[in-house]
Amino acid sequence: MKLLQVENLKTTFHIDAGQVQAVRGISFHVEKGESIGIVGESGSGKSVSMLSLLKLLPDNATLTADNILFDGAQMVNTSQKAMRKMLGRDIGMIFQDPMTSLNPLFTVGEQIIEPLRIHQKLSKEAARQRAIEILRMVEIPSPEKRLKQYPHEFSGGMRQRVMIAIALSCSPKLLIADEPTTALDVTIQAQILDLMRDLKDKLNVSIVMITHDLGVIANMCNRIIVMYGGTIVEQGTTREIFYKPRHPYTWGLLRSIPQFTEGEKKKLISIPGSPPDLLRPPAGCAFTSRCPYAMKVCEKQPPQSVALSETHQAACWLMHPKAANHMREVIG
Amino acid sequence: MTNMNYAWKGSEGANLRGDREQEWADIPDEDFARLDAGTMQSETISRPSKSYWQDAWSRFRKDPLAMIGLCTIVVIAVAAIVGPLFSAYTYDGQDIANQNQGPSAEHWFGTDKFGRDIFVRALYGAQISLTIGVAAAAINLVIGVIYGGISGYLGGKVDMVMMRIVDIMIGVPELLYIILLMMFLGNTIESILIAMSLTYWIGTARMVRSQVITLKHQEFVLAARATGSSNMRILFKHLIPNSMGPIIVTVTFLVPSAIFTEAFLSFLGIGIQVPMASWGTLVNDAIPTLFTQPYQMLFPALAISITMFALNFIGDGLRDALDPRLKK
Amino acid sequence: MAKPASALVEVRNLKKHFEVQKSFLGRSSTLLKAVDDVSFTIFRGETFGLVGESGCGKSTIGRTLLKLYEPTAGEIIFDGQPITRLTHKEMLPYRKKMQMIFQDPYASLDPRMTIAQIIGDPLAVHNIYRGKDRVDRVKELIELVGLKADHLNRYPHEFSGGQRQRIGIARALAVEPEFIICDEPISALDVSIQAQVVNMLEELQERFGLTYLFVSHDLSMVRHISHKVGVMYLGSLVEYASVHDLYTNMQHPYTRALLSAVPIADPDTAEGSERIHLQGDVPSPLNPPSGCAFRTRCPHALHRCAEEKPALKDSGNGHLVACHLLD
Repeated sequence: MKLLQVENLKTTFHIDAGQVQAVRGISFHVEKGESIGIVGESGSGKSVSMLSLLKLLPDNATLTADNILFDGAQMVNTSQKAMRKMLGRDIGMIFQDPMTSLNPLFTVGEQIIEPLRIHQKLSKEAARQRAIEILRMVEIPSPEKRLKQYPHEFSGGMRQRVMIAIALSCSPKLLIADEPTTALDVTIQAQILDLMRDLKDKLNVSIVMITHDLGVIANMCNRIIVMYGGTIVEQGTTREIFYKPRHPYTWGLLRSIPQFTEGEKKKLISIPGSPPDLLRPPAGCAFTSRCPYAMKVCEKQPPQSVALSETHQAACWLMHPKAANHMREVIG
Repeated sequence: MTNMNYAWKGSEGANLRGDREQEWADIPDEDFARLDAGTMQSETISRPSKSYWQDAWSRFRKDPLAMIGLCTIVVIAVAAIVGPLFSAYTYDGQDIANQNQGPSAEHWFGTDKFGRDIFVRALYGAQISLTIGVAAAAINLVIGVIYGGISGYLGGKVDMVMMRIVDIMIGVPELLYIILLMMFLGNTIESILIAMSLTYWIGTARMVRSQVITLKHQEFVLAARATGSSNMRILFKHLIPNSMGPIIVTVTFLVPSAIFTEAFLSFLGIGIQVPMASWGTLVNDAIPTLFTQPYQMLFPALAISITMFALNFIGDGLRDALDPRLKK
Repeated sequence: MAKPASALVEVRNLKKHFEVQKSFLGRSSTLLKAVDDVSFTIFRGETFGLVGESGCGKSTIGRTLLKLYEPTAGEIIFDGQPITRLTHKEMLPYRKKMQMIFQDPYASLDPRMTIAQIIGDPLAVHNIYRGKDRVDRVKELIELVGLKADHLNRYPHEFSGGQRQRIGIARALAVEPEFIICDEPISALDVSIQAQVVNMLEELQERFGLTYLFVSHDLSMVRHISHKVGVMYLGSLVEYASVHDLYTNMQHPYTRALLSAVPIADPDTAEGSERIHLQGDVPSPLNPPSGCAFRTRCPHALHRCAEEKPALKDSGNGHLVACHLLD
């Protein structure tokens, strides 16, 4: 069952210097109950694409799409106002910085109770009981006492737990987590990831996790979307992406993590150069200028996505039959 | 990455549509030649290089009000400098035969009770008013930047003492100093400038101080310290250039308020003395004839208002151009 | 392998306490013991990796070594010379030998300066390479970090994060230092760019015989780049060893927990791995626990841990651990 289906989503920011094509026609879907990871470097369009879906873009942005189907409903032209009603009720969102996402002037309790009363029309006492219940669910000790405290009295990890609690308080169908653990220390990150995994199974919620950390993805997600220069370059199951990657960018990404075999030190393989300027996106494949296997066609024309299995797709000219000799050379 | 078990599928592929398949097949073979790594320009920056000031200017240029303001000030300044040279009249030349004449072809703004040409006097007044405005702003810029910069950068006890001095100075009404000083020093342009320099820099100093305090913990300042840059070098090479945007905005707003203060003092009769003319003295001179010859007050008052508007438009434009984050 | 290495930087019982004003009038203040009695030695040509979570004092150590912070107590010895109590002027020649690379590539370059001015700034401060020589030196430096001479008249905001970090490296190299403190140099960069920067640091180390202090929270990068590693927790060093010893024979429970918390970028391994779960948060450094600072989260804490702070002890082969469990 598809919970979310997106076809040909494009987002453009209009700035003084021209138009930044942040997302350049991406298509993907999210199944019910799965957790999907979006990886890519900063500026690859991974966060912008999610904000586009939620209509949380600033005024200078425009978006177009052939289809955005959420739970069967078309959302391409949903207004910001209608979207705001869905946010919190059907879709929960967690951001990177738990400090700025909580209002410092209200107690944590007020911030959890408010959406419950709005979306679920609970009475004050019922909402309070429910708030205590969900704080317990995200493993915050002595929730009755914690409800009366202000965000600054919470540590970073505790704040992120509160954010998760708020996001999940109305039992949404989809949880979008934008770099939820990037601002946290590793030991706290491990706690939060464990919590998210547990809750996903318990509540049967689909998770879209935006991250640049392949380790987090490998531990959290069953499917991966790799983004580069505003496009999806490869998507597949976690095992397909880690063990059978087909796009040179994915290869580069996987190889740039330090590997340790018998304590011997290997030189890191890095991707040379810098990501493209989306104010002037290249005519062909966005990765051409950094790709060690680039061909003439890559500069001229963007590659189409090619299906490698039911679940695995990659967009690279190397997969064209005429490039087979290069592919053999690369794969060996 | 060893097995080549991918399929070349068109119709079953999720995103590869049937009509595109043909397109793919039509690509000539030579396009699949490898690119030479040397020809690829992965570190090339495609955007044209623009400094902060060039960028600010291009934003300023797009602000119509600010550009109108800028043009107005340029016109007034040029007229003030060049205008009197081409006129048959002088600011103090009296013509008893032509007292209190209304505007005409000979006397564009009419004449006053001594038969002096008001247009020339207004141009001459513009020289004095603009000089005072710019000079006061410049003096206060220097004092404010140095005082605020040192106070903010050194911090601690130095900052405490310097800011308490500022608090005390603010506590005493500004006009009180100015009037006392003018009486003490006499009514000259210099004394007006000295009087205004006493307190006008406080706003600039406070602004510079807060800028410097936010900037001094940035890593580029740490980097300069790690290299061994002296405090003065850090202050004048790194901190102040980075505060220049807000400093310029503050100073731009200082110009109209200095012009206004001068006009006000002259209006009270303790500013510029006759026969010299500033816009303030012109307005003051015109009070007795306000009901009989209203044009005598109208033109200098218009000059003051237009200049105020123009300078404030420039200030607003600069603020938006130099600090785009503030723009709504 | 075991060539006799000479010490370049020695740190003895270094303490850095900050006064945090709490009351309104600033009369009473609390001490924040950011670095509390830390000693270690960095050998010439080696990389010393300093790891720990935020607030453990690892960045403070780096900054105190460069005397960006005045040390509260202890001794810093650079190349045999104590530099702890030198004045600004006396310190100048040492600033040519010690440089720093910063964490945030967006904040560490002066936004109003061109790249040429930024890289040339240390040369101007020390008044070396004058006139045409300086222009040539700056060109040489920018090419050394893989950028082009025609980038020199551009401003920092025109570059990507990785490019800016390389400009920061060029600036640090300008005065030909022997020792570079890398303060989380890759944590703000994308994964593919991290590898670029780390490779560059390694190449430069080989080429110029540089010594690094590599401060990071990324255990796998530290493992990759370091020769010796120190693990910090709440202002103290809890374990110190060669990289091989540390990663194959972790002794301190905190080190073990820290390493096991790192998500492994391999789905098969990730599935089978057993994690050590640390409960709760890092205590506030304003009010650290008595005895061993880690005892509140340690799965093996004893009574003794609350009473007595464990000292760093050699558990063999120069592997130092501060833990009562090893007694």
